[in-house]
Amino acid sequence: MNSAQFLGITTFAYMFSTLLYVAMFVFKIKRLGKFTTCFTAIALLVQTAGLGLRWQESYQMGIGHAPLTNMYESVIFFAWAIIVLYLLIEWKFKTQIIGAFAVPFAFLAMAYASLSKDLTKGISPLIPALQSNWLISHVITCFIGYAAFTVAAGLGLMYLIKETSDSRHSSNDKTLIGSLLPLHQIEDITHKTMIFGFIWLTAGIITGAVWADSAWGTYWSWDPKETWSLITWFVYAITLHARYTRGWGGKRIAWLAIIGFFSVIFTYYGVNFILSGLHSYGSN
Amino acid sequence: MTTKPSSVNVFSLLWDFFASVKLALLTLGVLCLASIVGTIIPQGEAFSWYVRKFGPWQAQLFNLFQLSDLFGSLWFKALLGILSCNLIICSLDRFPQIWKKITADNLDTTVVRLQSIKRNSRWTSSLPPARTVEEIARLLGRNGWKTSSRELDNGTLLFSQRGAWTRLGFFVVHASILIILTGAIIGSLLGFKGTALIPEGRSVSEIRTTGKSSSVDLGFEVRCDTFGIEYYQNGMPKEYRSDLTLLEQGREVLHKSIMVNHPLTYKGITFYQSSFEAYRDFIITLTDKESGDRQIFVTPYQKQRTWEEKALRFGVINAEVSEDRISRMKIWITGPDDAPSVFWMDPGQTIPLTLHGRPYLISAKQMYATGLQVAKDPGVWWVYIGCTLILAGLFTTFFLSHRKIWIYVHQEKQATAILMAGSTNKNKAGFDGHFSRLTELLKAAV
Ligand code: HEM
Repeated sequence: MNSAQFLGITTFAYMFSTLLYVAMFVFKIKRLGKFTTCFTAIALLVQTAGLGLRWQESYQMGIGHAPLTNMYESVIFFAWAIIVLYLLIEWKFKTQIIGAFAVPFAFLAMAYASLSKDLTKGISPLIPALQSNWLISHVITCFIGYAAFTVAAGLGLMYLIKETSDSRHSSNDKTLIGSLLPLHQIEDITHKTMIFGFIWLTAGIITGAVWADSAWGTYWSWDPKETWSLITWFVYAITLHARYTRGWGGKRIAWLAIIGFFSVIFTYYGVNFILSGLHSYGSN
Repeated sequence: MTTKPSSVNVFSLLWDFFASVKLALLTLGVLCLASIVGTIIPQGEAFSWYVRKFGPWQAQLFNLFQLSDLFGSLWFKALLGILSCNLIICSLDRFPQIWKKITADNLDTTVVRLQSIKRNSRWTSSLPPARTVEEIARLLGRNGWKTSSRELDNGTLLFSQRGAWTRLGFFVVHASILIILTGAIIGSLLGFKGTALIPEGRSVSEIRTTGKSSSVDLGFEVRCDTFGIEYYQNGMPKEYRSDLTLLEQGREVLHKSIMVNHPLTYKGITFYQSSFEAYRDFIITLTDKESGDRQIFVTPYQKQRTWEEKALRFGVINAEVSEDRISRMKIWITGPDDAPSVFWMDPGQTIPLTLHGRPYLISAKQMYATGLQVAKDPGVWWVYIGCTLILAGLFTTFFLSHRKIWIYVHQEKQATAILMAGSTNKNKAGFDGHFSRLTELLKAAV
């Protein structure tokens, strides 16, 4: 078996995992709980093996490098980080309901990685600028941050759903929405996840700056990618301050978690495929 | 009756303005929007370019608001200035309160107040009060809670705290942002950035700076000895390498190879491998094996060169190019009374020859100029210190907390009554667990 097969299986496994979590939520099948978690953990192991194998394959090709150096590999690592983070949250907060809002993102990332025509999937050697340990640290730190922000956005969505229905009906545990976590707890976990993401994004911006400095002699040059990572950082800084010093909470924070997520996606995807298009059109 | 002078009013108005978090939210929001604009409008093009792309009216508008160099514009710098003032004033404004909380005399409290703390526990002990206090202090000390104590009217109050300094975490985060900005300012005032294109075998001592049309004297010379590119099998570049020699007053002081991601720093000036230019000339190296004489010749394509001393004539008569790099060269060489040798060779290859009855070595390669990025940035250490501090500050703010424990021990009828209370400024749930484990430990002992 090669890494591509492992990663292919992972995509389907995360799809099934998504179905399990959603089914547990919609049909309230609590019995499935242990199985769902085990299944997801095994899918994660398969993905880990896939990444490990890809690493090994690159060495067999004589161009060994960690599988974290192009868009395709980073999307896969993104999915991996989402699942790791989600499983940690499930374990720490003893609830499986968040799965229905977090695991789908990992599945979507894997599906995008395997189906998209924009991404080159082959293992290619590294051009000189990419041969740096700072690059590896940069990708790892950024994507852990992005994964945290993604889970936070899932939680924000969950909050808004719960909030909307709570304000319409008196919630009780029997309705579908009633089985969601209490609002204050969703808010608490959203906040903690955003804080976690903020620290990693900060580290990601810093490692990126150090890398740029060692490669080109400028730690900051306001290129669109750098600038968007800073915009994302500002969005979360605003969110943390609004909550901590101005007491914002509830719906506003949930919306900010979602807005922050769009900023993350734009930093990650939009800059490469929308802005670069805009700019290359300009230079033609 | 005296009225306040109006200057004080202006001062306090300004102070309040800059101490407000609302202003911080607004500034950060505006910075976001400005940055978005700066990524949508391509930066740093000429005015005519904007006219062509967006039309004259919009180009004028861009010019007016400096949108083509948004991040270098005065108003963007002003925004960063406002953010800095905001950070400074806001931190100064809050510092006294926070300092008070850190240095507060926590023994100066009352039993009633302790009883009103939600996280508390009471029990009694059969040990006499003095022994109880001693034992509790010993146990707490062993678990990392150093205690201080004070005698109250009816009993003894013990206090212990951890992480009081963590209240400074947010302060460190804000200060680091200022340190990073300071580093950026130092870099732009005292540093420079420039480029140099040095053909193999040549040297430069002046650098053209980017942006400004001036040049900087390095104070020493940089010579490029060789430039080489290594390729992967699929033709992608694997390594760009320049062998550099630094000279001071004609004396060689340092040899070093630089590659992308592996720059060279000398006297605060750093040289980065950034680009190269390929010439149509070749570099041919001839070595006389017997005497060890060696000469390097820059040889234009299809032009004859001579090594006068040895009476050798040679040249490159043909070359194969694949994807704009020379993959093979056809060399022609002859001594005074030899028949000419003509052969193909690869770049970097060395071939032995016999010419005019003597053994020689020949090697040849395409000639390049190395493109260097040259930078001096004395502010970069400030930036890196700020970056380290911001991470430390964020970690402190988010994961550490200021936790306090009070224990009041007093004689109550026949027994010794113990009241334990605890508070924390963050992570309440985590402290709950810790607090109950501590109480269990103490209850078991006294
Ligand atoms: C990009 C810039 C900034 C960053 C990254 C930042 C970061 C932080 C962080 C991480 C905290 C701790 C929040 C928490 O515990 O949840 C904090 C708190 C705070 N920040 Fe900022 N900050 C920034 C700018 C500002 C500015 C410009 C102000 C000016 C008013 C400000 C005012 C405050 C205040 C008042 C607190 C609460 C401190 C306390 O009472 O404990 N921040 N900041």
